Amino acid sequence: MSGGPRDRLRIDVARARAAMAGRDGSPWRGLEEIAGTPEFEEFLHREFPHNASEWLDPAGRRDFLRLMAASLALAGFGACTRQPAETIVPYVQPPEEIVPGKPLYFATAMTMAGYSTGLLVESHMGRPTKVEGNPGHPASLGATDHFAQASVLTLYDPDRSQVVTHRGAISTWNGFLGALAADMQLRAASRGAGLRILTEQVGSPTLASLLRQVTALLPEARWHQYEPFAHETETRAARTAFGAPLHTWYRPQAAGVILSLDADLIGCGPGSLRYAREIASRRRAEAAGAGMSRLYVVESGMSVTGSVADHRLALAPSEIERFARALAAALGVIGPGDAPGLAPAHEAWLRPLAADLQRARGSSLVAAGPRQPAAVHVLTHAINERLGNVGATVIRTDPVLPDPDGGLPSLQTLVQDMDAGKVDTLIVIGGNPAYTAPAGLGFAASLSKVKLSIRLGLYDDETSALCGWHLPEAHFLEAWGDGRAFDGTAGIQQPLIAPLYSGRSAMELISAVLGRPGVTGHALVREQWRRARPEEPEASWRRWLHDGVIDGTRPPPRDAQVRAEALAGVAAAGPGPAPPQGDLEVVFLPDHGAWDGAFSNNGWLQELPRPITKLTWDNAALIAPATAERLGLASEDLAELTLDGRAVRVPVWIVPGMAPGAVELTLGYGRRRAGRIGTGPGYDACAVLPGSTARAYPGAALRGTRERYPLACTQTHHSMEGRGLVRWAPLSRYAEQPDFAHHQEHGGPGPELSMYREWKYDGYAWGMAIDLGACHGCNACVTACQSENNIPVVGKEQVMLGREMHWIRVDRYFEGSIDDPMVHHQPLPCMHCEHAPCEVVCPVAATTHSDEGLNQMVYNRCVGTRYCSNNCPYKVRRFNFLLYSDWTTPSLKMLRNPDVTVRSRGVMEKCTYCVQRINAARIDAKNEDRRIRDGEVTPACAQACPAQAIVFGDLNDPGSRVRRLKEMPLEYGLLDEINTRPRTTYLARVTNPHPEMPPPAAPEAGGHGEP
Amino acid sequence: MASPERNAPGGEGLIDPAHDYASVTDKISAFVLTHRTPRGWFIGFGISFLLLMGLLAAVGYLVARGTGIWGVNQPVGWGFAIINFVWWIGIGHAGTLISAILLLLKQEWRTSINRFAEAMTLFAVACAGLYPILHLGRPWLFYWLLPYPNTMNLWPQFRSPLIWDVFAVSTYATVSLLFWYVGLIPDLATLRDRSRRRLAQVGYGVLAMGWRGSAIHWHRYETAYLLLAGLATPLVVSVHTVVSFDFTISIIPGWHSTIFPPYFVAGAIYSGFAMVMTLAIPIRSFYGVGDFITMRHLDNMAKVMLATGLIVAYGYLTEIFIAWYSAVPVEQYMAVNRMRGPYAPLFWGLILTNVIIPQALWSRRVRSSVAALFVLSLIVNVGMWLERFVIVVTSLHRDYLPSSWGMYYPTRWDWLTYAGTIGLFLSLLFLFLRFLPMISISETRALISKAEGEVE
Amino acid sequence: MSPAARPTYGLLAEFETAEAILQAARQAHAAGYRKMEAYTPFPIEDLTEALGFRHSRLPAIVLAGGVAGALIGFGLQYWVSVLVYPHNIGGRPLNSWPSFVPVTFEMTILVAALTAVLGMLALNGLPRPHHPLFGVPRFREHASRDRFFLCIEAADPRFDPQATRRFLEELRPDGVTEVPL
Repeated sequence: MSGGPRDRLRIDVARARAAMAGRDGSPWRGLEEIAGTPEFEEFLHREFPHNASEWLDPAGRRDFLRLMAASLALAGFGACTRQPAETIVPYVQPPEEIVPGKPLYFATAMTMAGYSTGLLVESHMGRPTKVEGNPGHPASLGATDHFAQASVLTLYDPDRSQVVTHRGAISTWNGFLGALAADMQLRAASRGAGLRILTEQVGSPTLASLLRQVTALLPEARWHQYEPFAHETETRAARTAFGAPLHTWYRPQAAGVILSLDADLIGCGPGSLRYAREIASRRRAEAAGAGMSRLYVVESGMSVTGSVADHRLALAPSEIERFARALAAALGVIGPGDAPGLAPAHEAWLRPLAADLQRARGSSLVAAGPRQPAAVHVLTHAINERLGNVGATVIRTDPVLPDPDGGLPSLQTLVQDMDAGKVDTLIVIGGNPAYTAPAGLGFAASLSKVKLSIRLGLYDDETSALCGWHLPEAHFLEAWGDGRAFDGTAGIQQPLIAPLYSGRSAMELISAVLGRPGVTGHALVREQWRRARPEEPEASWRRWLHDGVIDGTRPPPRDAQVRAEALAGVAAAGPGPAPPQGDLEVVFLPDHGAWDGAFSNNGWLQELPRPITKLTWDNAALIAPATAERLGLASEDLAELTLDGRAVRVPVWIVPGMAPGAVELTLGYGRRRAGRIGTGPGYDACAVLPGSTARAYPGAALRGTRERYPLACTQTHHSMEGRGLVRWAPLSRYAEQPDFAHHQEHGGPGPELSMYREWKYDGYAWGMAIDLGACHGCNACVTACQSENNIPVVGKEQVMLGREMHWIRVDRYFEGSIDDPMVHHQPLPCMHCEHAPCEVVCPVAATTHSDEGLNQMVYNRCVGTRYCSNNCPYKVRRFNFLLYSDWTTPSLKMLRNPDVTVRSRGVMEKCTYCVQRINAARIDAKNEDRRIRDGEVTPACAQACPAQAIVFGDLNDPGSRVRRLKEMPLEYGLLDEINTRPRTTYLARVTNPHPEMPPPAAPEAGGHGEP
Repeated sequence: MASPERNAPGGEGLIDPAHDYASVTDKISAFVLTHRTPRGWFIGFGISFLLLMGLLAAVGYLVARGTGIWGVNQPVGWGFAIINFVWWIGIGHAGTLISAILLLLKQEWRTSINRFAEAMTLFAVACAGLYPILHLGRPWLFYWLLPYPNTMNLWPQFRSPLIWDVFAVSTYATVSLLFWYVGLIPDLATLRDRSRRRLAQVGYGVLAMGWRGSAIHWHRYETAYLLLAGLATPLVVSVHTVVSFDFTISIIPGWHSTIFPPYFVAGAIYSGFAMVMTLAIPIRSFYGVGDFITMRHLDNMAKVMLATGLIVAYGYLTEIFIAWYSAVPVEQYMAVNRMRGPYAPLFWGLILTNVIIPQALWSRRVRSSVAALFVLSLIVNVGMWLERFVIVVTSLHRDYLPSSWGMYYPTRWDWLTYAGTIGLFLSLLFLFLRFLPMISISETRALISKAEGEVE
Repeated sequence: MSPAARPTYGLLAEFETAEAILQAARQAHAAGYRKMEAYTPFPIEDLTEALGFRHSRLPAIVLAGGVAGALIGFGLQYWVSVLVYPHNIGGRPLNSWPSFVPVTFEMTILVAALTAVLGMLALNGLPRPHHPLFGVPRFREHASRDRFFLCIEAADPRFDPQATRRFLEELRPDGVTEVPL
């Protein structure tokens, strides 16, 4: 993967030649497919009003197609989606609402692993360009994660499948529907025997009810779900504990003491945005003091949640269960006899923790992670009951997912049936089981035994390659749908744009299976909710669409109790044998960027530095420093990992603070058929994923191969070198010296000292405050900025050269011992220094200061001396060393934010404080003849931040929040000793350690040198 | 130093006493007016020209593809381009120094080397001048740095050292050219009068502007020449001072240092004399002008190198001392990083080539061995290049925020561009040797009359 | 003042050494000749004085040039940075005069150097492609090589073809030739 559109262009040309030679048909498909449809005729008449008829006779059309195919392929993909913007505005918003140049916002929802998050999507003249959180949605509260931010790029991805194919050859929807109808008649005759439908974890009530209609209509038919990172263990644990698959969610805001047992509450999983907000609300600068919460994390890897914990204990996966049992015993949940002994160090860690939890009865929270076995979940339920947290910080409700058992077991039965020849027709909807299914399962092999296999997918991927029919799926921004949040609140998913590649949604396909092919997704969803809420007037439908939330759909709490016999059973079962000394346990995780492969072809996510490792474009086997020493491995060594007799070659990366003996692998890489970006990078972890429901596997081996595999890491140095960059103190020190941050800087003149008369900023004076106590390095800001500001992707080679273009980056430092370090995250946008060193050295005045204190970059004036970047002590300036922006691919042009220049080669660029948003607000304010109100301007980074760590506003407005924050004693300027007067300042981090807790290992220089 | 004879080592003078006005005139002008060019000239020029074509290729690809073909990145935004720019400019300085400062100091020994030393200055400045333009992200817009209201009536930003560079380098180039040309006028007249071919007569005639050696002309000529020397002397000091401002005006540890101007100037003279030596020794033997460029010249130049080399060494020491004494962590880290960091080998190589080896010049035996001097001069050229690399790269690659530290590795295009400018330099030099008197004839005549005057 | 029979530029005496021409010049000046010139292959001290030439105005001109350069240099920067296009650059004052020093200095040198060269040429009346002296073969051969010439011009009030030739021959030159116009 090399950056720059030139390379892409070359690939296209290659494809074009292939197309001519008739080997790879892809450039042809788009047209063939449209050709069948009436739209094609319209298109022709639109494009060629006169002598259009000549094109319609077959011979003429052939020539036309040949011409088009060439130009198409050369122009990059998606050219066939050229259509007037007006026609693709969803009709719920009549076109007359459009004021050219003024964006509209639509509420919709994005669903991952069954749970949906509400979004507001910005639409420019009918083009969705930017995703924001929906403030009214419980799972978002206005925030988004990086996946949601990057979803627009997937929408416009030129590599998305654009055509129906049958055995690799071009076909049409009509052709498919005919074949389907014929097959369904056979199925109907045998009451559905031999019909199987495989979906991802379904969260949509509408889709679920449609699938149930299928199974009701055809009793012999089966609906299977497979989600690589489903929550089936929790469900199983709930069945054991309560006798019902109850759903559990948390209220961390109400919790003064939080213990996470391998649960990445903040990092990923349903509700993580909400949890991040709530946890931060009791740890941020304003909260520093008595009410501050304390966060304990026990985990094997280094998760985002662990990186911000007050106390973090790194345990190998198998040890976590032992720890949970010991804790349960200490809290009297199970008998002391049933608890295994712990290592003295862990014992010493556990005792104050238990006491702390006890002390905070009713306002504490214990959460177990999805990778933990059911026993741990059962124990956790019991512990929370014992601590009286249920109802306060822990909420139990009826299942939120239509069928919460969607996971491996379901897939296993499907594979058995296929092998047994019981499956004649298989419809695979979404997902990519041929890639994500455990290697041990042999899904791919079994799939080939199926007579009629149909695949609906966004990409023509590994699974499509094995299926007879491939159908292009509509992206969630192209289709109607609905879903439920982590707390059960339902919301409608509105399309922002008509399907670019004539894709259809899952529910439309199932409707076709039910013999109603014509029905639109809109009709289906509307129908579903009319049935679910018969009493509601028509007006409320429009309100639901507008709000993105359907009020009153959150299920009420259930006060279920953990059944004694279940607890006894778990206690009796015991933790199982302790793994042998020096055993390697492999943990499989979704990738922070590629997830389970769903985002493999998304350049923004590929180039997004992972929160802890800062790796891009690859996945690596993460191991602890101790493990590395024991195995004689170094970062970027290519090693062979064997598990259950299967092997894969993986590059190794050392992560300080990981549990010795743990190996973390992430899915989503080593794709064989993902697209121009996703195919290739990384290794395929699924190749060693054993076919069991566990997520941690002992008995692995890791052997170096004496080969090296260079990884693209955006931060090669991990220590602050004793410089006061991230300033922090425990609560105790803060109590006696609130302005400790100002006593941690290194000499130099105070900011009062200046040789110049100060410039006056009497209008607005924009400034930013970043709360290091709240930030947990989740990267939402980085992707949001990339999306808002048309920031290009540069590719692995360029990242390795240090040329990534992100305007805001999150620096991550380790402090203390390399085995048990303290982690700091520090978001770094442009500091907009009042004494900007960059401006003084620019020979052509391409970067100057605005009268509102913005350090502004004038692209068309820049000649590219790069002196400003050299002279920027924060190194936040980014240079277009090559032509990084894609100026050719048509579909990507639709993605751009029209309010932001697309930069060309040879110019410098950097954070602008989202000046386009400031100006938009200024226009509104001027029209209403008033000043811009506080909170009216929110930069993309601040808007996306789940923890609200970034606050922006007018420093001249005495009432503004940013002004209040900057007046706090915790406020300090980065490198203020060199007197640059940054407008972006930080709020020092305050931690809340338990006084009786054993201190972490003696501080030594952590994480030195280039890996 | 009234008599050149007296303080010449080995009793050797500045010029072979056998020479008289006619013989020097005939010998030097013969190099130019001779009908057949020596084969060695064609070989040398051919090689240089090939390198020059390499430069064209490198520049062509650069403009087509972008600065990214070089090794520069974040955080090291400047690489070979600026290193070589400073290196070439520095080399230029010896020429001006020899022609201007030694003239003011009445050092007759400058006479037979000043002509091609000045030529060297011009060609070095030409090479140097290329880099700041090529290293731009959008080289075709370089003229936006010129002081006129260009796009949207916007003028350059005069607080930027790069603008100072524009003025300093262009002034330096102009004044050096004037100085060189004024010095050439009487010799051009000689060539005009001695050439037998019409074309040459017209060509040199036009350039000589009708010079006829009138005593009053000579008087004004000398006044002007002296004034030029008086102007060029502060200029040559200012140019490398301004170049050093590119670094000192910034706030980057390792750049932000007040010691830079003096030791940049010293370094410039150091490298410049090394280059003069590197050129003078082969020319001397190839054209057999040992009777003009005598051991006395080499000896004096060696002494100047020794002196300036010591100043440079003092500069290095001061930098390290100040870094420690300032008690500023970033400064201290910078100093340590140079000595122990990833680029340490280059730093120690610099110390070896620039400080330790040149100490050999203390010995008269070394100073009187042509071969030894030649090798030493080459070593110093390398050393001064290393110095610029260390200053530019090691300061940038690890500055304030460890999060954004990085490494810089030059690419093949960096190297090709560098080799290419060497080709440009040599090509120009060969043309000069072929078409213009490499030694000032009129000044040599004056030298002879002076010598005779003293003999009597 | 008997006018010359045929138009002549003057009489040209050739000498072998610098001392000789210096002597000759002194005597000619003593004899009251004013419009005369010496031509030498390299500058000779005192020769101009011997010819009665006082001092050159060049240094004054160059000084003026330097001052002008300085004013232009600083004036330009002040005008641009403070008057026509004021910018807030890194919070620095508009008139950041210390930053304006280098350019001012360079402009001083540049203009002064240009005036020095152009001034010299102008005062010398150069470039002058042709001159009667170039018509004298000996002059062309040796003036720029190894010989020293003294030319008393016909324009001199005391010039008389015979008398002046006689006078010159008394100076024991290597030869005296008439320079046709």
